Amino acid sequence: MNGNREAIEALGTYLALLALLLASIGFRWLHLGGWEPVGLLLIAAVQGALVILFFMRVSASSQLIWLFAGGGFLWIGIMIVMIISDYVSRPWWR
Amino acid sequence: MSKNRAILYEHFSDIEQQRETSTAGIWVFIGSEIMFFGALILAFSVYRFSYAREFAEGAAELNLLLGGINTAILFTSGLTMSLAATANRMGWKGSTLILLLTTALLGVVFLGIKVFEYHEDWTKRLFPGPGFNWTDSDSPQVQLFFVLYFIMTGIHALHLIVGVGVVVVIAWLALRDRIHAGHFMPLDVAGLYWHFVDLVWVFLFALLYLMGGTR
Repeated sequence: MNGNREAIEALGTYLALLALLLASIGFRWLHLGGWEPVGLLLIAAVQGALVILFFMRVSASSQLIWLFAGGGFLWIGIMIVMIISDYVSRPWWR
Repeated sequence: MSKNRAILYEHFSDIEQQRETSTAGIWVFIGSEIMFFGALILAFSVYRFSYAREFAEGAAELNLLLGGINTAILFTSGLTMSLAATANRMGWKGSTLILLLTTALLGVVFLGIKVFEYHEDWTKRLFPGPGFNWTDSDSPQVQLFFVLYFIMTGIHALHLIVGVGVVVVIAWLALRDRIHAGHFMPLDVAGLYWHFVDLVWVFLFALLYLMGGTR
């Protein structure tokens, strides 16, 4: 990948991140109740994906790097699913 | 002999293997950091949904404007760090140095705003402990929000302080021609760490600042 293309990609990612930041701040005024945290976390997840894929250049990396980059998220995903499933299955939680 | 010649360490067979090994290595470290911050974020999320009203009240006390400005500052520093890595690989030394120093400066500005915010919270007596002052609702649950807020943002700030130090050292090495187009991995690896610190903040901002509701 040449330098100009890398720079344009980084600039595009930056503008998308700023647009999503404004969207997430504006999102609070929609008053969606219980769906609000879900929407905010979805926007944060998209922002996180943009940072990982383009600022951290995982999108242009080999399969080995995809494996290493995905490993941490896989393990934390397992922990989150196990712990949340434990909490939501308890009677006093509801 | 060119001063920008590629440096291949003896235990690697070629530059590509050396580059991939460095990238995989920093991702192992980042994986341990994901587990660390992930556990904190998970603990916060469990309590956020257990004490939704109290946590929303606590979050509403935070300064959303300063938090938003700080988020934009970190995104800008992510852009300058990314451009610094590109400029270095293209052999543009001057641009690399300017972009690295801009990145470090933006990190310092972020920390300055964070200190101002902490002072604001301290003045409003929102720091957990005997001096914690809350009369609206259940104080222990709101205090728990601020315990997690100070731990999560404090540890993130520590990571950013380390990041600023690393970027300054990388800039100094680039100035001395120890990092250049032929030896770019230290800068690329430092960039991955910096972007990870940005990544953590994205989730902290959403969880801590944005879930406070409008007042």
